[in-house]
Amino acid sequence: MAVNGAVTWLRRAEEIDGYDLSASDSEEVHVLAVDDSLVDRKVIERLLKITSCKVTAVDSGRRALQFLGLDEKKEANGFDGLKVDLIITDYCMPGMTGYELLKKVKESSAFREIPVVIMSSENVIARIDRCLEEGAEDFIVKPVKLSDVKRIIDYMTTDFREGEERRRGINKRKLRDDGDGDGDRSLSSSPPSTLSSSSTAPCSTSTSPLDSPTRRLKMTSFEEHIFADKK
Amino acid sequence: MDRNPIRRQLAIMRQSLFDQGYLDEQFIELEQLQDDANPNFVEEVVTLYFRDSARLILNIHHALYVHFSPTLFLFLFIHTHKVMILLLFFRERKPFDFKKLDGFMHQFKGSSSSIGANKVKAESTLFREYCRSANAEGCMRAFQQLKKEYATLRKKLEAYFQLARQTGPLETATRPK
Repeated sequence: MAVNGAVTWLRRAEEIDGYDLSASDSEEVHVLAVDDSLVDRKVIERLLKITSCKVTAVDSGRRALQFLGLDEKKEANGFDGLKVDLIITDYCMPGMTGYELLKKVKESSAFREIPVVIMSSENVIARIDRCLEEGAEDFIVKPVKLSDVKRIIDYMTTDFREGEERRRGINKRKLRDDGDGDGDRSLSSSPPSTLSSSSTAPCSTSTSPLDSPTRRLKMTSFEEHIFADKK
Repeated sequence: MDRNPIRRQLAIMRQSLFDQGYLDEQFIELEQLQDDANPNFVEEVVTLYFRDSARLILNIHHALYVHFSPTLFLFLFIHTHKVMILLLFFRERKPFDFKKLDGFMHQFKGSSSSIGANKVKAESTLFREYCRSANAEGCMRAFQQLKKEYATLRKKLEAYFQLARQTGPLETATRPK
């Protein structure tokens, strides 16, 4: 079975070929939102819809795994038609915490490519570091704002488009300079796991308060790693 | 400046909710999620909040003020006087479950924060501090205060949304002339 996340990314690559890249990606990002709070689910759902995402909201880590088809007790029942592009989960939940869900997703060969974002009302550096080290894409401090969601969706879709542009640009130039397949590697490699391996140093040594600069640190190191010939 | 007196009243009501600290900027965040297709989003979320958090308030009340479990009552009725002694023993010995209380309040605080309920959120924080220092008296006092703020907020928001429904929410009003 194809790696879900990679299939989504690769499929988009095939579709984008031949299209004008300045046009917005017609395929909606499908987000799986996990939160035990009814109020927070309603809010996150609205936030994601406004940023033009398809949303599936569930109330527990267990249900999230069931939806993905990872729960041992239940078979994946036709849901794999709805590929999940992003998981956004609350940290503190009864039963399975968001951290435990993150680990399960990253341990799974089928779903480890899916970026996972953690939300928490508690702004604890140790907790944030732990999540990022486990492979979380980002960490949002609650209450969640529209700007938080926009930022995440933007860099998810932009990173991919930039990767595409780079790849096509390199192909067109016939690898004139030292862009020796770096663009290609960005597609075939798994962004999140590359991220987790390179993210530990910048994030854990940072002592700045958790706001955009700290969170963006991780993305910058990702960009630097993937687009080595950028600057 | 809006000529409509009801709209003006609504604007004044809204501003005072912020000025007096009942609401914070998260409420404004929610207002910005409203549009023509979803003109009552904030009211929907707030209604959901009050309904959902009522359950938590009840749980906290139960954990604070009820000192023995209902099943012991059942034993009392069914069995002999020997069990009554056991019941009294339990009644005096049962400690506050601060962890449980803190757990409920964590959830309550989370939802309150998500709708921008500023004062209620502050009272929740205080309650949690008393939980963490295992201060039963403090918890009970903080809970009384919290319930007061909660009731006040509910009344004010109900009045606000009632008025808003008469005029259409401010956020989707026409641009000032």
